[in-house]
Amino acid sequence: MRFKTATSPHILLETSVGQIMRRVLYAMLPGMAALTWFFGWGVLINLVIATVVALAAEALMLAARGKALALHLSDNSALVTAWLLAVALPPLAPWWLTTLGVLFAIVIAKHLYGGLGYNPFNPAMVGYVVLLISFPREMSTWLVPHGVGQVHALGLSNTLTIIFGNGQHLMPDGLTGATSLDVLRTQLGLGRSVTEIRNSPVFGIVAGRGWEWATLGFLVGGLWLVYTRAADWRIPAGMLGGLATIATVFYLIDPQHYAAPWFHVCSGAAIFGAFFIATDPVTASTTPRGRLIYGAGIGILVYIIRAFGGYPDGVAFSVLLMNIAAPTIDLYTQPQVFGARRG
Amino acid sequence: MSALFSFHGGLKTTRHKTESNQQPILVNPLPPQLTVPLRQHIGAIAKPLVQVGDRVLKGQMIAQADGYISAAVHAPSSGVVTAMELRPVPHPSGLSDECIVIETDGEERWIERQPLDYRQLHPSEVRGALRSAGVVGLGGAVFPSAVKLNLEGQGGQLDTLILNGAECEPWISCDDRIMRERADEIVAGLHIMVHLLQPREVLIGIEDDKVEAIAAMREACAGTNYQVRAIPTLYPSGSVKQLIKLLTGKEIPVDGLPADIGVQCFNVATAQTVHRAIDLGEPVLSRVVTVTGHVARPANVEVLLGTPFSALIAFCGGYRDGVERLIMGGPMMGFALYDDEVPVTKATNCILAAGAGIGELTPEQPQMPCIRCGACVEACPANLLPQQLYWHARAKEFDKAQDYHLFSCIECGCCSYVCPSHIPLVQFYRYAKNEIWAQEKEKQKAELARQRHQARLDRLEREQKERDAKLRQKAPRQAASTAVTPEADKLPIEAAVARAKPHRIAAPADASPASVAADDDRSEPNS
Amino acid sequence: MITAIVVLSALAGVAGLLLGFAAVRFKVEGDPIVDKIDAILPQTQCGQCGYAGCRPYAEAIAADEADINQCPPGGENGIIALAELLGRDPKPLNPENGIEKPKMVALIDEHNCIGCTLCIQACPVDAILGAAKHMHTVIAQECTGCELCLPPCPVDCIHMTPITQTIGTWKWSYPVRSETHQPADQATA
Repeated sequence: MRFKTATSPHILLETSVGQIMRRVLYAMLPGMAALTWFFGWGVLINLVIATVVALAAEALMLAARGKALALHLSDNSALVTAWLLAVALPPLAPWWLTTLGVLFAIVIAKHLYGGLGYNPFNPAMVGYVVLLISFPREMSTWLVPHGVGQVHALGLSNTLTIIFGNGQHLMPDGLTGATSLDVLRTQLGLGRSVTEIRNSPVFGIVAGRGWEWATLGFLVGGLWLVYTRAADWRIPAGMLGGLATIATVFYLIDPQHYAAPWFHVCSGAAIFGAFFIATDPVTASTTPRGRLIYGAGIGILVYIIRAFGGYPDGVAFSVLLMNIAAPTIDLYTQPQVFGARRG
Repeated sequence: MSALFSFHGGLKTTRHKTESNQQPILVNPLPPQLTVPLRQHIGAIAKPLVQVGDRVLKGQMIAQADGYISAAVHAPSSGVVTAMELRPVPHPSGLSDECIVIETDGEERWIERQPLDYRQLHPSEVRGALRSAGVVGLGGAVFPSAVKLNLEGQGGQLDTLILNGAECEPWISCDDRIMRERADEIVAGLHIMVHLLQPREVLIGIEDDKVEAIAAMREACAGTNYQVRAIPTLYPSGSVKQLIKLLTGKEIPVDGLPADIGVQCFNVATAQTVHRAIDLGEPVLSRVVTVTGHVARPANVEVLLGTPFSALIAFCGGYRDGVERLIMGGPMMGFALYDDEVPVTKATNCILAAGAGIGELTPEQPQMPCIRCGACVEACPANLLPQQLYWHARAKEFDKAQDYHLFSCIECGCCSYVCPSHIPLVQFYRYAKNEIWAQEKEKQKAELARQRHQARLDRLEREQKERDAKLRQKAPRQAASTAVTPEADKLPIEAAVARAKPHRIAAPADASPASVAADDDRSEPNS
Repeated sequence: MITAIVVLSALAGVAGLLLGFAAVRFKVEGDPIVDKIDAILPQTQCGQCGYAGCRPYAEAIAADEADINQCPPGGENGIIALAELLGRDPKPLNPENGIEKPKMVALIDEHNCIGCTLCIQACPVDAILGAAKHMHTVIAQECTGCELCLPPCPVDCIHMTPITQTIGTWKWSYPVRSETHQPADQATA
């Protein structure tokens, strides 16, 4: 009797790229729910726009590159890019801003560099940084969270009108405002002390009001990702450890001038970035020790940008900078091969 | 008793041992024909000692070891040699190899068996007896055991002798059954190995899910200082490097051998054949094979070497519906066969009939790009970076692949197993290793050709000088007659051509004796 | 103005001296380029390149008298290796020199050999055994497949035979996931 052959191993673990990416999407849900509660419909509308544009752009690029559509679309990687970017955008960002960012991420940062697995830079962060540099005003128009402002007063239809057209007149007064990191930055510049600034209503229990709940949501999702091994624990551990360490050092030097480490860890995109952005395996370091170093590098850069740089938050820049360093880190952090050490 | 150590990576796979290990070892009936390959071991192919038409007895040596790393081959039953030719053998290539075909007579008439008292013999005599009994490692690597039982020139003193009863691959259970039923024979073989190697300690490593085997071995070892150790059930704990690490904490150095760190490791089934070869005078004629997966009655079967797989499958009730792939060895490292008309060899530890659903065969998955997730790094027991190795092997950058320690890869398949992109990683490493070996051979051949060409140029120059010198001596006398020589040279050739012409027409154009044998000195020191 | 010129000239002078000293002091004693080229060539000594052997061809390449694409046995891989060594662009094999063929060895049809020794004289690596009026035979392991023994044979009894694949010479192929896996013997047939 004759048989078909194939090479060993003949059994494989039930896993796939699509499954890993799907887990990332699931893990974002709790944080996203919190964001929606505190910042209104805009969050979800951004998400829908980003999803549609990303899928269309991915399909188009795959077709142009002659790849199997169904197979590669089902890897869900475009969706992850779209969602990461959508979460990072202000909730009332105009539709074209979201579209432009996603297009840049998928077409240029991903496919022109060779597609999934070959892109040296995190596509979502490339899209984000392009928007941040090109449209600083639109990108910094954040809403005041529910509980501080009247986000819930803005209904679905009004939100849609604002995002898709000339709805600026529909915006209630006092809806937009600075985020806690913005406040910290500007007030410190005015010579106030951290304790005084913390009395501002945008601050909650440990970090920005509303924000801290979204952060908690992302932390829960992120820990689940680590638990299911969809993300390597070393990157978030390295990043948060790096951020906390450098923040502690400065906090101990001058607590009136530098915010507490727990504030830094819980603020802005630190948790979200640590578990969801920095852990993108394609652009991160790939050796076990390298991942700790890579994460720590991001954490330290985030602090430097926040404390001394020109932007209130620095996760996107830090991730892109460490993306550049990843191959070098890999080269110098190769694990010791079995039998390399005597005895 | 020292604590167990651990190794990096590894897999918890499904086990599937109970399909075949619940009943005693069966004996396959004598088949009408045995096809005995001459290459059933690592090293030089055995040299045949019989001719077509010869009557052979059970246990008679029909091919002898050719060189130090080689092993003898014996007639598994009595009968008549009916052919000596290339026949399909179990090999991933599907190629044929030299075989001796024996038509069995059903009488099972033995040669005279000569039991030896190894205590009275010099170790080299015992090793010689093992060599001529065709004893090789039965775990699958089939390295001649006599070579591994010789410590001369390898540092002399052995710290630890390890008996490998781990059997970590899913589905395989032949060693499990042998340990349960023949523990005494294994320990008897172990005594001989201990006599030859004089180790400071003897450890027997068995995966902790083989409770009965551990109990049987402990009982058989009672009263000796041999220690039976239960090791964690974690693939590939039965790989030599990983087993030694687990039991002793020592790592075989890169490019090194177990003996370099004072350890030597043998399979439990090998110990049994050592006992039979010395204490009973019986060479290796059969082995226990696990026939499992998608067959009607999975079992462990004692089968004569040279028995066709198809006969063995039939003995186990035949295939069930849905068999897609026939695997020799386990599902992690075994290779798929093109045909079941191939003989059982000393390397055949398991025949796995696999199909979707049963035998858990995973259907072919589309390959996706590597996303550098690092799952392979977590799984790799050799502590390699499989994703980087893959990158270079795929690009055929063999130098860089070697920088990433390609040759430390034990081809266990853990990386391919966990890869979410379904990249055939191990296959890339096998390919790269083979290419590097082939290039190395090419280079050696080119170097040889260069030397021979240079030698020829030197010779021609020397001859020319000698001729010139002679001519100068003769020149005054023979100045007139030199012009005639070239024609005189040609005359005999033309005459010969004329003689040969009728002969050429008569001879068929392709009746060329096969005096050309391609260079095939394959030797992979893979114990 | 003048100071600037003087200073710059002095600097240039010192730097030049330093460089000159470094060039002498830290000179790298590498293989002469001819040896490196020769190491890449397949040593078939077939002369298809138009030179009397691999070494003369290597010398010609080093002297820029010959191009790097004149060696059919070396094939594409050989040309790429040469191009890399010499920092040039690879180019296709020059068809005037021949085409890349699978590796072959010479086989003498021993029924027809008349023992003329002409092939022995032609063999560049002394891989043919025999004496006058006695049958000759090729040492397959030493044969480079150069085909130089074919033209001199007066009775055309030498043939080139492809090296057959055995279990010993078989290699795993480049992994391609495909439905059509074939046994090696059928794939080559």
